Amino acid sequence: MTIDTDASDITLDLHALGETAESEIASLPAAINIRDVSVYYGHFRAVKDVSVDIPRQRITAFIGPSGCGKSTLLRSINRMNDLIPSARVEGEILYHGENLYASYVDPVEVRRRIGMVFQKPNPFPKSIYDNVAFGPRVLGYKGNMDELVEASLRRAAIWDEVKDKLKQSGLALSGGQQQRLCIARAIATEPDLILMDEPASALDPRSTLQIEELMAELKQNYTIIIVTHNMQQAARASDYTVFLTMDDDRAGYVVERDVTMNIFTRPKNRLTEDYVSGRFG
Amino acid sequence: MAAVPSGATGAVERSLAGSGRDWRGLVFQVLLLGALLLTLVVLITLLVDQFTRGLPVFVDRGTDFLTSGLSSNPEKAGVGQGIVGTLLTGVLVALLCFPLGILTALYLEEYAPDNRLTRLITINIRNLAGVPSIVYGLLGLTVFVAVFASLGFPNSGRNIMAGALTLTALILPIVIITSAEAIRAVPQSLREGGYGVGASRWQVTSRLVLPAARPGILTGTILALARALGETAPLLLAGAILGTFSTSGSLNDLLTGPYTVLPMTVYDWSRKPQEEFRQLTSAAIIVLLVITLFFNALAIFLRNRYQKQW
Repeated sequence: MTIDTDASDITLDLHALGETAESEIASLPAAINIRDVSVYYGHFRAVKDVSVDIPRQRITAFIGPSGCGKSTLLRSINRMNDLIPSARVEGEILYHGENLYASYVDPVEVRRRIGMVFQKPNPFPKSIYDNVAFGPRVLGYKGNMDELVEASLRRAAIWDEVKDKLKQSGLALSGGQQQRLCIARAIATEPDLILMDEPASALDPRSTLQIEELMAELKQNYTIIIVTHNMQQAARASDYTVFLTMDDDRAGYVVERDVTMNIFTRPKNRLTEDYVSGRFG
Repeated sequence: MAAVPSGATGAVERSLAGSGRDWRGLVFQVLLLGALLLTLVVLITLLVDQFTRGLPVFVDRGTDFLTSGLSSNPEKAGVGQGIVGTLLTGVLVALLCFPLGILTALYLEEYAPDNRLTRLITINIRNLAGVPSIVYGLLGLTVFVAVFASLGFPNSGRNIMAGALTLTALILPIVIITSAEAIRAVPQSLREGGYGVGASRWQVTSRLVLPAARPGILTGTILALARALGETAPLLLAGAILGTFSTSGSLNDLLTGPYTVLPMTVYDWSRKPQEEFRQLTSAAIIVLLVITLFFNALAIFLRNRYQKQW
C-alpha cells in the first residue's frame, strides 16, 4: 500500500482501504510512533501503555468517552503537557525516528514543527494579520511576511473573507472564522503535523463542515490528528481511527485502531462496537 | 375560539397578580439607598465645607497661590513647593515602583513554581499591603534616611529620595498584588495559543500576557500611586519638613536638599494659629484633591484605552 496523495475520490479511497487489514496501516510511512506511552498527573495515571503509529498525510481520529485521556495523549505529542507542572510522560514518542522526550529536545522546537488547534477558538487579541504573523515572527522568519500571511490564510480557506480587513481584530470574526484563523496561524509556522483538539465542538454545523472540508484539503500536505467527541465527524472526516476508553483505574488505553471504515462497520472489539453504535460513552 | 370558563380565568388572574406589594423588598431597597446617601452626605459636606472656605483664596490670589512658596505670612504663602514636591515624588515613586512591582508580579505568576515557598511569599506580600503607613515611615527613617545620612548626604539624609523610597515600599505590595491579579486574569488559552505556535516562555510573557494584562496593571498601579501621593504620616518620619526646595536649578540640589509635599503643607498649615491659614489649608486640600482626581481619571482613561476582550 502506497500513499495516494492525489485523493481525488476520498470515498473510493476509503473503501479500498477498508478492505485492508490492520497490519497494512503499519506498513504505511508513519509521521509519529507512539511507543508504550503513559501520562501521569502527579500520581494519577491518565493514559497507560499506548502504542500507536500515526500514518503520514492522513487524518487520524482519537475517539472515546469523556475522560479517556485522548486530549492528554494528543497534548503529549507536541509537549503541551509540559505546561502542566504535575504532568509526566513515560515511554517514547518518535518523530522522524527521534524521541521527542529525549533530554536534548527543546519543547519550543517541537511545537514549531507540530502545530495545534484548540477546542475553543483562541485568536490573540491582535489584528488578523498579526495573528498569522505571530508564529513566524517569534521564530525569526526572514522572508516576505505579507506573502506568508496570505498563503496561510488561503490554505485555511479564509482569505476571501478577511483579505479586506487584515488590520481588524481577530476577535471580531465569527466562531467558525476564528477557528479557521487559528488553523492559518498554526500553518504559518510550516509544521508538518497539526494536532486538533475537538476543533469544531464549539462551532455550528455549517462551520463544522467547513473545518472538515478544510482538513480534507490540508491532509495533502500535512498529517492531521483530531480528537473528537462527535462520531459522525470521525466517520466523515478521518482515514484512521484510534478508539480509547478507560480502565477501572480510570487510566485511558487503546482498545482498537484501524481504518475508520472498519472501526465503524466491523469493529473487532465489543467495547468499540458498543461505543460507535452509541450504547455507551 | 372557544370561550374560556370565567372561573378558570379568575384563578389565573389571581395567581398572576401575586400577593400584593413586597414590603420586605421595599424596606431593603430603602435601606440600600440610605447607605448610599449617608456616604454621599459625608463626602458632599466635606467638599462643600472645603470649597466654600478655599475658593476665595483662588479668587483673590489666582495662580499666585499655586506658584508661591512657603511663608509664615499668609498673604504670601502658596502651594508651589508642595506641588513640585508631590509631582517629583510621584515621578520618582513611579520610576522605582512600576518596574519593580510588575517584574515581581510577572515572576510570581508566570515563572515561579507553585510550591510552599511561593505561596508563603505571596501571603506575606498580601500582609505587607495591610501594614499601617506609619510603620513604613519608621522604615524610611531607620533605613533610607539613615543610609543617606551615613553616605554623607546633606540635611542628615532627609531628602526627597528617602521620601520616595519610603512611599515605594508602602505601595509596592499593592502594585504587586494588583498586577499579579491582572496577569492571572489573562486566560490560559491565550498562553496555550502562543506556546502552540512555538513561542518561548519569554515571548509568550512579553508579547501576549503582558499586553493583555496591561489595562489591569495600569489601573492598579496608578491608583496605588495616587494613594502614595496623598500620604502624610510616613513622610513625617522620613523627613519631609517645611524646608524649601533649592532654587539653584540643579537637579542634585533638588534631590538632596530639604523637601516638602502637598499633604505636608496641609498638615502644617492646619496647625497654624492664624485664622487666614484655615482658608489656605482648604485651598491646599482642593489642589491635592484635583491632583488625586487627575490620577484616578488617568487610570480610567488608560484602562478604557487599552481595553481588550478575549
